[in-house]
Amino acid sequence: MDKSVTTKILIPSGALGLGYDRDAFMRGIEHKPDLIAIDGGSTDSGPHYLGTGTSKYSRSSIKSEWRELMQARAIANVPLVIGTAGTCGADDAVDWFLDITKEIAKETDQNVTVAVLKSGQPIDRVINALQKGRITPLEPTIEIDHDLLQSCSNIVALAGAEQIQAALKTSADIIIAGRATDTATIAALPLARGCHAGGAWHGAKIGECGALASTNPSSGTIMITFDADGFTVEPMGQIARATPYTVSAHMLYENANPLQLYEPGGHLDVTGATYTALDDRRVRVTGSTWIPSEKYTVKLEGARCGGYQCVSLALIREARYVRNIQAWTDAVEQKCREKAHERIGADFTLELRIIGLNATLGAQDWNAKIGSEVGVLGIITAPSEIVAKEVSKMLNPYLLHHPLTDDEEMPTFAFPFSPNEMNRGEMYEFCLNHLMELDDPMQAFSLSVEQVRA
Amino acid sequence: MTKLTAITHKIRSKNAGPFWITIDIFCSDDADYRRALGGVKNEQVAHALGISVTDLKRYNLTNLRVIKFSFPRPIVQGTRFDRDMHGASFANLIAELDVAPQTVLSDE
Repeated sequence: MDKSVTTKILIPSGALGLGYDRDAFMRGIEHKPDLIAIDGGSTDSGPHYLGTGTSKYSRSSIKSEWRELMQARAIANVPLVIGTAGTCGADDAVDWFLDITKEIAKETDQNVTVAVLKSGQPIDRVINALQKGRITPLEPTIEIDHDLLQSCSNIVALAGAEQIQAALKTSADIIIAGRATDTATIAALPLARGCHAGGAWHGAKIGECGALASTNPSSGTIMITFDADGFTVEPMGQIARATPYTVSAHMLYENANPLQLYEPGGHLDVTGATYTALDDRRVRVTGSTWIPSEKYTVKLEGARCGGYQCVSLALIREARYVRNIQAWTDAVEQKCREKAHERIGADFTLELRIIGLNATLGAQDWNAKIGSEVGVLGIITAPSEIVAKEVSKMLNPYLLHHPLTDDEEMPTFAFPFSPNEMNRGEMYEFCLNHLMELDDPMQAFSLSVEQVRA
Repeated sequence: MTKLTAITHKIRSKNAGPFWITIDIFCSDDADYRRALGGVKNEQVAHALGISVTDLKRYNLTNLRVIKFSFPRPIVQGTRFDRDMHGASFANLIAELDVAPQTVLSDE
């Protein structure tokens, strides 16, 4: 084994803002990593964050954890890299994250060089690529055109190892990257140093959720040591253990295909991987392969406005109404819809979900059962906030008072709030599932370096 | 009839990006895995999920004693009719399926 390329990447946790075991992290720092990498986000919490370019986690939580990582970095004197900063990795979220970094530098008296890698895509660039036939759809296929792209509030491209390597070449202390693949921030340095390519990507995938690939996920911190033949997994928590099972099973996680992982520039195949226990807490992996692609492509993500939403909730405890809740809900939905069509038109959707029956899975829940009470959640989505609110206000009296039959006294149900309508404002939807071909990996990304003074 | 949940130690589902859901069925031992392998039919799973069987991708991972199903989300994550932002509840539709008592071992 070529010792010279051995590269240790410390991953404090699966995502900044999730928290981690401080002792485990400090143990990792004592093990002298070559780089500290952490993920800052994903699409997992939905399209709102990319749509608005904002963070899911509170600023205070991010600042508190990032401060600890910046201070540990100063001790270890190695690069600290965050990918997909600010949950979505849009340019606004990266700027927000840079501001936090500057505040911390001032407060902790640090002079640091910060490289900022931006992944935001000007809409014209993507339209131009579409016209040139350089955008290809992924499964499941979504049709896109000029107008759809124009309607996006944010489009990002996922950076891979090449773009992170460009940032590392600046010798910055801290790298704040916009949208990047979960694995790129971890794989970039080992690949640049000539570690085994299949091992670099596979180890990065195993490490990207921190200690999730161990017996003690909540300890957070994991160390992946890459070399010329493969990689070794070692969780840093006191009681955390990596076993061939916990490591190999991690390929399943959030991955539609457990054997392959597509990245910019190629794909990883772990079909031939072998997992060997070095002792009761460390696992060595070899035999994974990296298959370079013919063209260099990056994945695109985009979000656009999906309308404006207003929701209401009624709580129903009366046994007869609970027993007949589907009929009651159907009648309320129908009456409200008719009234709204007559008074303001048909350009909205109204949906009532029965909490306590099948709100989670809808009509698909073939095993739904009802309890002593139900909640009826009304969701109205319309092209404007005014229309959404108007329909919600029409729904209000039905949710409060609608009788099951015409010849009974008007019932009243529980409303938890006044007003009962909750304005959710603008909602967003993901609208891109595509690859964009590039001539050069940096063609769709921008890199800048800043000296941040205490 | 036995529920699938009774012969597995964990069934989980999760988004695999905004457009896919993936379900992992973990068995504790080889006997349960063999039983699940034969007892869990693609048609039955697709029907329970409300999707076409041609959209269902299946991986039998013998080393892990895992059966994995992946399929395009019936409703794209976060759009107005989506009920489950993280796709975590789809697992329940599978966990509560009946597994036939007499099952044939197959590795389809």
